[in-house]
Amino acid sequence: MSTIAQQGAAEHRMPRDHFLNAAYTIKSWLLTMDHKRVGLLYLISITFFFLIGGTFASLIRLELATPEADLMEADQYNVAFSMHGIVMIFFFLIPSIPAVFGNFIMPLMIGAKDVAFPKLNLMSWYLFIFGGTFGVLTTLLGGVDTGWTFYTPFSSTYSNSNVILAGMAAFIAGFSSILTGLNFMVTIHKMRAPGITWFKMPLFVWGMYATSLIMVLGTPVIAITLALMMVERGLHIGIFDPALGGDPVLFQHLFWFYSHPAVYIMILPGMGVISEVIAAFSRKRIFGYEFIAMSSVSIAVLGFFVWGHHLFVSGQSIYAGMVFSFITMLVAVPSAIKVFNWMATIYRGSVSYDAPMLYALGFIGLFSVGGLTGVFLAIMGLDIHMHDTYFVVAHFHYVMVGGAVTAFMAALHFWWPKISGRMYPEGWSRLAAFLIFAGFNLTFFPQFIVGYLGMPRRYHVYPEEWQLLNIMSSAGATILAAAFIVPAIYLAWSLKNGKISGPNPWRATGLEWILSSPPPEHNFPTTPIVEEEPYDYGEVIDNPVHEEEHEKEREHA
Amino acid sequence: MSVSTEAAAHGHDEHAAHPEYMRHQFDDMDQQNDAASLGMWLFLLTEVMFFGGFFLGYSIYRSEYYESFVIGSQNLDVFLGGLNTVALITSSVTMAFAVRAAQLGKKNHVLIFLVLTLVLGLVFMVNKYIEYSHKLHDGLIPGYNFLWTGLGDGQTIQLFYGFYFCMTGTHGLHVLIGLVLIVWLLIRVWQDKFTTEYYAPIENFGLYWHFVDLVWIFLFPLLYLIGGLAV
Repeated sequence: MSTIAQQGAAEHRMPRDHFLNAAYTIKSWLLTMDHKRVGLLYLISITFFFLIGGTFASLIRLELATPEADLMEADQYNVAFSMHGIVMIFFFLIPSIPAVFGNFIMPLMIGAKDVAFPKLNLMSWYLFIFGGTFGVLTTLLGGVDTGWTFYTPFSSTYSNSNVILAGMAAFIAGFSSILTGLNFMVTIHKMRAPGITWFKMPLFVWGMYATSLIMVLGTPVIAITLALMMVERGLHIGIFDPALGGDPVLFQHLFWFYSHPAVYIMILPGMGVISEVIAAFSRKRIFGYEFIAMSSVSIAVLGFFVWGHHLFVSGQSIYAGMVFSFITMLVAVPSAIKVFNWMATIYRGSVSYDAPMLYALGFIGLFSVGGLTGVFLAIMGLDIHMHDTYFVVAHFHYVMVGGAVTAFMAALHFWWPKISGRMYPEGWSRLAAFLIFAGFNLTFFPQFIVGYLGMPRRYHVYPEEWQLLNIMSSAGATILAAAFIVPAIYLAWSLKNGKISGPNPWRATGLEWILSSPPPEHNFPTTPIVEEEPYDYGEVIDNPVHEEEHEKEREHA
Repeated sequence: MSVSTEAAAHGHDEHAAHPEYMRHQFDDMDQQNDAASLGMWLFLLTEVMFFGGFFLGYSIYRSEYYESFVIGSQNLDVFLGGLNTVALITSSVTMAFAVRAAQLGKKNHVLIFLVLTLVLGLVFMVNKYIEYSHKLHDGLIPGYNFLWTGLGDGQTIQLFYGFYFCMTGTHGLHVLIGLVLIVWLLIRVWQDKFTTEYYAPIENFGLYWHFVDLVWIFLFPLLYLIGGLAV
């Protein structure tokens, strides 16, 4: 440990050679076999899609600022919320942490030279872009109005919008996801450096493994489902359309068989990030390592047996509903195990409140709210009241934005110095974290109330008495939108002007931090041999003198 | 974090000794072969899940509209379907021989068995083409020219044909991709790209080919033999 402390005290310099300055040509990026560059390609692409999805979200909140239809007609509003969902889910949330940080950081964490199949990895990105092109084309040609769920027979028979284009977009992006999952699973199985046994892997790697499991097992099912839907729309075969002899509930079963686990594709990588950040900023060995690791896997497995809770009011057998309700509540157990273990890690830790930690703390609170309201919705009787109301909208935004996006921001701030070699301004980053937290809660908390009062989702008009709550929500969305611009500016600024971070600005454990920042083009000249446990932060010392030194050292660094 | 870098001294020599076919991200050929094999098995798992959607839909509608499925099925050409089953099973045997020959480094045998596999695969595709043309001629393409004049409910018989074309079409696409890959393998074998240490592409393609064969072994009875053999 002493060497690291010395590094902290010295002035840092940028390494002479790293993966960013290895080559500057466009070709060196577009044909790269380097997992780090592929990760950055994803970062740029998903930021673009986040912008598109965010624009649609702004349009929705703008329309809902008043009870009447002033900005959009019903049809246009249908397009706005459908495109918001499709872009945000298939083109931002699902690839977000796995494709960016899974690609960039995970191979470094396990001491690998690259992912197992670098060409396939690049191909996944191209598939993503190809699917994304269909998505952009859908938008330019007037969008799709089926909701992101593509429910039949509306999508397969009645809708007059670009269903097939949008379906193709999700279908193709799905293959990108399948191949990424496959690549990660093989990488984690076969590429770990000597000494990194399964239970010495950083928890982010466990999170990636559980996520990949869902990607590999679930995504093919959405592919076939969307394909059948498109075939029905093109050829009127009658698989899902009751007028042609089909069964629309079959579509819902198949759709949610993937799309519920897909929610865990979005949240499990986030949980992995939070485990890393909490340990690093509490300077403590993570509490209950095995439990956190196994809870990721059990969330992934349980996730495949809960899809029926989306069909409580779709004419599904009530007995099936009871089983699905019970299993859904079971998911709360591994989720709670994680939250309690994070709390226990923070407890009596030496906690510092840098931006990643602020996001991580925000995550714990917001995810808890999102998770617990999920238990409400798992109760069949209550769900009949809540189904398709803003309560559901608020619930899944607490999980997906409060959870997944917050974790993405935590990851971005935690590993930014590793990626860029530079620090971002501390004050601004903390301010942005606060603004995002505040804006988020102001946006979505009122939606719990207005949903409980009975406001249905997917309508562009509503009774006047709900205007106050909707205005609060729209105001919050404005803050949220502004708050997301702040990191975009200071992170871009830091690329040239940020303080040079040195290899390990957080003094964190893990193989990625022993490399220079930015890492060299070839990660490890020789395969490292790891002898330590993960999260070996040593004993927390309650000695105040030590704490002062610690502070000085931090300021200096 | 203490990380030993004792291997650093001879790192570069090691690199120089690597054969051309070993990818830079791996430490040795065992690791590379294991990774490739696991990757292929996982890919086949995704294929199982993909075809699973078809089989689920098929099972539901077969039990719901059993009579229509029997009528539709009896109208398929069992002889051609059976011939195709024989062709694919035999091609699985020749493929297995090709893998074994690659393992033993017998280039000529690999070439012969791959060509045999290719030919059998082509037989399958030609038969499929003949079957599809008949259906086109008889006006049995769902959503295109489907016109049912015989007994039974035309609507649900069309649903059977919908499944028939979706399932055999997707399977046929897999065979077609397989044929392209065989040609690619033949070129690589011809160019002496494989050794007894490195033949993973042949072996993993074999896994894929057996999988495609296996899917057909399920498809044949499920589509052609509903309600027993038509005499």
